[in-house]
Amino acid sequence: MENLIAPLIAAPLLGAAVLLCGGRRLDRAGHWIGTVLAGASFVIGVLLFADLLGRGAEDRTLHQHLFSWIPVGSFRADIAFQLDQLSMTFVLLITGVGTLIHIYSIGYMEHDERRRRFFGYLNLFLAAMLLLVLADNYLLLYMGWEGVGLASYLLIGFWQHKPSAATAAKKAFLVNRVGDLGLSIAIMLMFTTFGTFAFGPVLGAAGDASEGKLTAIGLMLLLAACGKSAQVPLQSWLGDAMEGPTPVSALIHAATMVTAGVYLITRSGAIFNGAPDAQLVVVVVGAVTLLFGAIVGCAKDDIKKALAGSTMSQIGYMILAAGLGPIGYVFAIMHLVTHGFFKAGLFLGAGSVMHGMNDEVDMRKYGGLRKYMPVTFVTFGLGYLAIIGFPGLSGFFSKDKIIEAAFAKGGTEGWILGGVALLGAAITAFYMTRVMLMTFFGEERWRGRETASPAEPSAEPAAEERGRHAEPHPHESPKSMTIPMVVLAFGSVFAGGLFSFGDSFVRWLEPVTGYAHGHPPISAAAVTTATVVALVIGVAVAWLMYGRVPVPVTAPRGSLLTRAARRDLLQDDFNHVVLVRGGEHLTRSLVYVDHTLVDGVVNGTAASFGGLSGRLRKLQNGYARSYAVTMFGGTAVLIAATLLMRAV
Amino acid sequence: MNPVYYLYLASLLFTIGAAGVLIRRNAIVLFMCVELMLNACNLAFVTFARMHGNLDGQIIAFFTMVVAAAEVVVGLAIIVSVFRSRHSASVDDASLMKL
Repeated sequence: MENLIAPLIAAPLLGAAVLLCGGRRLDRAGHWIGTVLAGASFVIGVLLFADLLGRGAEDRTLHQHLFSWIPVGSFRADIAFQLDQLSMTFVLLITGVGTLIHIYSIGYMEHDERRRRFFGYLNLFLAAMLLLVLADNYLLLYMGWEGVGLASYLLIGFWQHKPSAATAAKKAFLVNRVGDLGLSIAIMLMFTTFGTFAFGPVLGAAGDASEGKLTAIGLMLLLAACGKSAQVPLQSWLGDAMEGPTPVSALIHAATMVTAGVYLITRSGAIFNGAPDAQLVVVVVGAVTLLFGAIVGCAKDDIKKALAGSTMSQIGYMILAAGLGPIGYVFAIMHLVTHGFFKAGLFLGAGSVMHGMNDEVDMRKYGGLRKYMPVTFVTFGLGYLAIIGFPGLSGFFSKDKIIEAAFAKGGTEGWILGGVALLGAAITAFYMTRVMLMTFFGEERWRGRETASPAEPSAEPAAEERGRHAEPHPHESPKSMTIPMVVLAFGSVFAGGLFSFGDSFVRWLEPVTGYAHGHPPISAAAVTTATVVALVIGVAVAWLMYGRVPVPVTAPRGSLLTRAARRDLLQDDFNHVVLVRGGEHLTRSLVYVDHTLVDGVVNGTAASFGGLSGRLRKLQNGYARSYAVTMFGGTAVLIAATLLMRAV
Repeated sequence: MNPVYYLYLASLLFTIGAAGVLIRRNAIVLFMCVELMLNACNLAFVTFARMHGNLDGQIIAFFTMVVAAAEVVVGLAIIVSVFRSRHSASVDDASLMKL
């Protein structure tokens, strides 16, 4: 069965190659080729999953060695894959959600003349992401890591004719580069410490390495995770990444790629277990981002940006759980999978709403859409209930476990982390209820109003064909778009319960990540009760603010915090003042040093030699007899020196 | 007779030759002074050969004579051609090789 691992990656890679090199003659069939190959990858994934299930729990790791990539002395880089329970979980999520989003995109991108290219990029993304999770060493993982970064860049900037999209793509690429630097340094440190970077030997020998080295590697891995997963302080790109087409936001910037950081930390669990300091930093980053993203999500009127803030916050939960060590790894991945379902569903719902509303993204110009888009309303609603953690739905099981594990960290830290996680749950309930109320309930604020004012160019070029300035006529989206939403809604509802039933998910992942049952200082039932209370408070506050009173069409000025949150809590301003300005000053001072000191030394040397030779040149006067004098003089000096040396 | 006297004579001849090279301008005279220096060296070589009782110095003196003869041929040819083109045998007039 292990021979099936390579085809798993090869199928979407082939799709990308065919679609991107095939040219215009594939325009009419391109989307089918892309979707079928993504589906083929999913089918192979399911076959492998069935095979793994048929084996014993300890025997569920498959290896496939394709070839030796760079063998130089003791340095060995192989193209080799490893499929274990953790990779398998990701493979099913990536190919499953990926295939659904391919199907959705058929309808969503119908009017885009570059649809073939779009599907090529999506397939490229799938191949790179599968490579990332299936690699059996850190170098190959790095290749996939860069591959998804490239695909993300191409897809964020897919509507490159819009300057905002082109800028957002560049921003995402540059911010990610900072994180990638962390990953490459971590790999170099691994090589000097362990002499290899294959998962097996590195993670097996992690216990023997010094804590200082493990901490250094762990912090560098965390930097990488922060970049890819949009965690503080490298979070600024995710909000702008919403410039990309909505299916991209759903697949890459919600369900799969942004969770790569969680995968990296969980995969490197053995390293983090030996470095408590690094783990503490991971936990702090997770907790800070959890609140940061949630607060940003509360203030955004752009439906996609609100969801982006939410994604940031939910990944904060996962990073927090992954930082807790063996009591949290399993739940980080569990939340990752359930989040993959409901967040992808929510994004697809948002895309469906935009599709029916002439690509308007401002929720203040929505309202009362539940009558016009029943399927979108129900699927979005189920995703909404799942993300806020409504008892019985997916998000409830996974988030509750994370909050419980946070309390179980123990001591003051445990109380702080648990409190932050609870507060985050309340804010999540608040902003998601806000999105829900503003979009589907209340009065129809779009009546008699042109959407997408010319000052803000429409998000989708297709809108121009449909008449940008007309009053929108909300309508349900085509079947190709609603079916994936329905499937994801099923996942949002049932996945959590399925995973928790008999602790099946814990038992499935335990051989890879390890599991220790955490004992919170208060009972599990109390934690659950607190979670539900937080949820109710959040929903109630949101209803008081956005359900009971009508929503103003133009945003009120708001408090200082609201205005800061609308500007992403001043993250871009901070980056501008500290990094951009600081960088400019640094560059200027370096240029000054270069011009005065470096150039001064070089030019000074040249000038002094020039002057010296100008003087020496005078000795060459053309008179043979003066040369003869020099010769005699020189000979006399040599003889005198020789005699003198003899005498001494 | 004490061979040292020959050495005194050789150094005297060499000094006269060297002074001539440095002081005189006429190329022919300068040339004769060079010959004088070469012959002073020959005398010193022969004297040393006598003092040390081997023939090395004598042989080198012969070599020096051959080289001197060759040098005279080349040197005179140059002097004659310079004189033909510039109508002067002064070495200071031929000072074109400079920056």
